[in-house]
Amino acid sequence: MTTVANSVGQKKGFGATLWDWLTTVDHKKIGILYLIGGGFFFVLGGIEAMLIRLQLLVPNNDFVSAGFYNELITMHGTTMIFLAAMPLLFGFMNAIVPLQIGARDVAFPFINSLGFWMFFFGGLFLNLSWFLDAAPDAGWTSYASLSIASTGHGIDFYAIGLQIAGAGTLMAGINFLVTIINMRAPGMTYMRMPLFTWTTFVASALILFAFPPLTIGIFFLTFDRMFGGNFFDHTMGGNTIIWEHIFWIFGHPEVYILILPAFGIFSEIFSVFARKRLFGYSAMVFATVLIGFLGFMVWAHHMFTVGLGPTANAIFAVATMAIAVPTGVKIFNWLLTIWGGNITMTTPMLYALGFIPSFVMGGVTGVQQGAAPLDYQLHDSYFIVAHFHYVIVGGVVLAILAATHYWWPKMFGTMLSEKLGKITFWFFFIGFHMTFFLQHFLGLMGMPRRVWTYMDGQGWNLFNLISTIGAVLMAIGTIVLLINIIVTTAKNVRVGNDPWEDGRTLEWAIPSPPPFYNFAQTPLVRGLDTYWIEKQEGHNGYTAAEPVTDIHMPNGSIIPFFMTLGIFIAGFGAMYRVDHSWGLPVLVFGLAFTFLTMAIRSVKDDLGFYVTKDQIRRMERGRD
Amino acid sequence: MAHDIEIVEKTPAEYDYKKRRSDRLMRSQLMMFALMIFMTLISFAAVQAGFSAYFVVPVVLLLAAVQVGLQLYYFMHMSEKGHGLVAFFMYGGVLVAFLTVLTFVTIIWW
Ligand code: HEM
Ligand SMILES: [Cu+2]
Repeated sequence: MTTVANSVGQKKGFGATLWDWLTTVDHKKIGILYLIGGGFFFVLGGIEAMLIRLQLLVPNNDFVSAGFYNELITMHGTTMIFLAAMPLLFGFMNAIVPLQIGARDVAFPFINSLGFWMFFFGGLFLNLSWFLDAAPDAGWTSYASLSIASTGHGIDFYAIGLQIAGAGTLMAGINFLVTIINMRAPGMTYMRMPLFTWTTFVASALILFAFPPLTIGIFFLTFDRMFGGNFFDHTMGGNTIIWEHIFWIFGHPEVYILILPAFGIFSEIFSVFARKRLFGYSAMVFATVLIGFLGFMVWAHHMFTVGLGPTANAIFAVATMAIAVPTGVKIFNWLLTIWGGNITMTTPMLYALGFIPSFVMGGVTGVQQGAAPLDYQLHDSYFIVAHFHYVIVGGVVLAILAATHYWWPKMFGTMLSEKLGKITFWFFFIGFHMTFFLQHFLGLMGMPRRVWTYMDGQGWNLFNLISTIGAVLMAIGTIVLLINIIVTTAKNVRVGNDPWEDGRTLEWAIPSPPPFYNFAQTPLVRGLDTYWIEKQEGHNGYTAAEPVTDIHMPNGSIIPFFMTLGIFIAGFGAMYRVDHSWGLPVLVFGLAFTFLTMAIRSVKDDLGFYVTKDQIRRMERGRD
Repeated sequence: MAHDIEIVEKTPAEYDYKKRRSDRLMRSQLMMFALMIFMTLISFAAVQAGFSAYFVVPVVLLLAAVQVGLQLYYFMHMSEKGHGLVAFFMYGGVLVAFLTVLTFVTIIWW
């Protein structure tokens, strides 16, 4: 049983460690890979943001050229949404959701690994544009007339890179759906699932329905640019507006794919650190599902100024405002959860408390923009920039930072320093409001978004200066977090099962980090907040639903890595086919390579391996 | 390596029940199959008979929709218990897709 011996782990050489991570199908390790990949792109997107803010520091600045500025804003937005926020959330979903539902892994471990590598290679592809040609420059929305007119290969990198990364996201979404539907432990009914699991479930359903439109839209774009298609070219019978529709049919659900898991994270944190059951659990679940539905019926609020006509604008305005209702339900439930609770001011709780006012402000400006006549004033101004940063940074990024502190001990077995954590929070929180609050007013004063500089004497100088200083504060906060991570890892002080002492959900009933098989015996779930119930009854751990039996586990595999590599190579072929004769053979080779790996995967039987009862007993004893 | 393999024997009552159940399923599937063939014949006949397109197209589409339903409920077992979630996802998807197509038809292509 070499595999078991390996995973239980003596010290390994560098090569063996690398091989282990390249081939892993363990949801906990894939979660860590997502955090590393997403963290890397978060820093990259952050550097791009700093360059944007430096350019806007003073009027008439020429720190960067206009063309380069367009590349910066495009890559910043695309990177942050597709390569930072979503993968970081996937990291936590992977690491935590199987533990919360009492499962030993996700439903399709192989596809889980494939999804990660698709994301990673897609992101790499997109970012290689900086070195190989020019980066995409038509905004993260890549509106068709502009993106088709864009010269060079920038937009091709966007189209192919997102196609690859998007396929990975779709796989991850389907995998979470199947996992949550089929792999819940005995007694874990839907209405006993922790809110993070619920929001992961609904976000995954949104991925299932929202990503196929994106795939189709990007295919159209790819064909228009690289294969002589005319989907968006009105001189050839196409229609450029269709891109906008398709993009936002995907795009609005996408913002809920980001924010729902953030809601889930904060729901967990509020009830743990207020030491109270989540107020209105069933209303929270219902609101989550309702938001998921409504999310598909409002996309045209991004297109009010396109000229859809008053009827269409009115219908979409009303639908948009309707979303504020379930969102409000959630806000009140969080407030009532902390109301009268026994609050401990930990770092995650600070983030959660900071999130409420920040997100409410973003929601309020959202409703304002949802009023179609007003949106004619606000559209494409800095007000929009302020709005979506209030919801995305004030909601999603605060949740990611909170989750980093909250689940770090579970994932790595060490506790991030609370002192440094609070320093990060205050730098980030103050910096965030400094950066974006005044942008509302810049927008109202007429400052347009996506323009590389502005003239002196319009009264915008001071606000832009303050905004840039705020961005520096956020950067400092992030650097403190990185220092915190390094220091904590170096000190390596190990923690027990339930380091926050008030854990309520199943993940806190097992060691930190959990053994590779998670649960020695499948747990029996006897209610919401499973572990809390056990603790109330004086148990230390969880009630098992079965005797100790042999555990079946999947083998690692390098195939996902190579499968993705083939597609990555094919992407270059498709792009350079237009101007080099070697393009076509490379395209064919890449696809053939991927099909070969798929064939190997289908022909080769891999039945996994068993961890025997004796081994489990030995490992469980070794721990106490 | 010996793993715990459980072997469960069926009781006679269970066996009987299972058999009756599959007989019943078989009968309903055959009936539905005949019905579907019949509807397909009607569609072909409607086209062949040369009625106005405004009559034929809706009728063929309607029959197609009914066939999709039969396919899902009788051949893919959605009529049985434990398919609530599947139904929820499918109807959710259908609703969203319908609204999307409706929007496209009314504000882009009208
Ligand atoms: C919940 C998390 C939310 C996120 C992540 C989010 C994100 C965004 C983003 C990224 C944009 C900019 C689109 C562009 O490039 O122009 C945007 C615009 C918009 N958002 Fe939100 N939003 C959220 C919530 C809301 C809410 C609750 C509403 C309304 C009730 C709303 C209404 C709008 C409207 C109307 C626009 C279009 C403004 C325009 O471009 O003219 N958003 N949102
Ligand atoms: Cu939207």
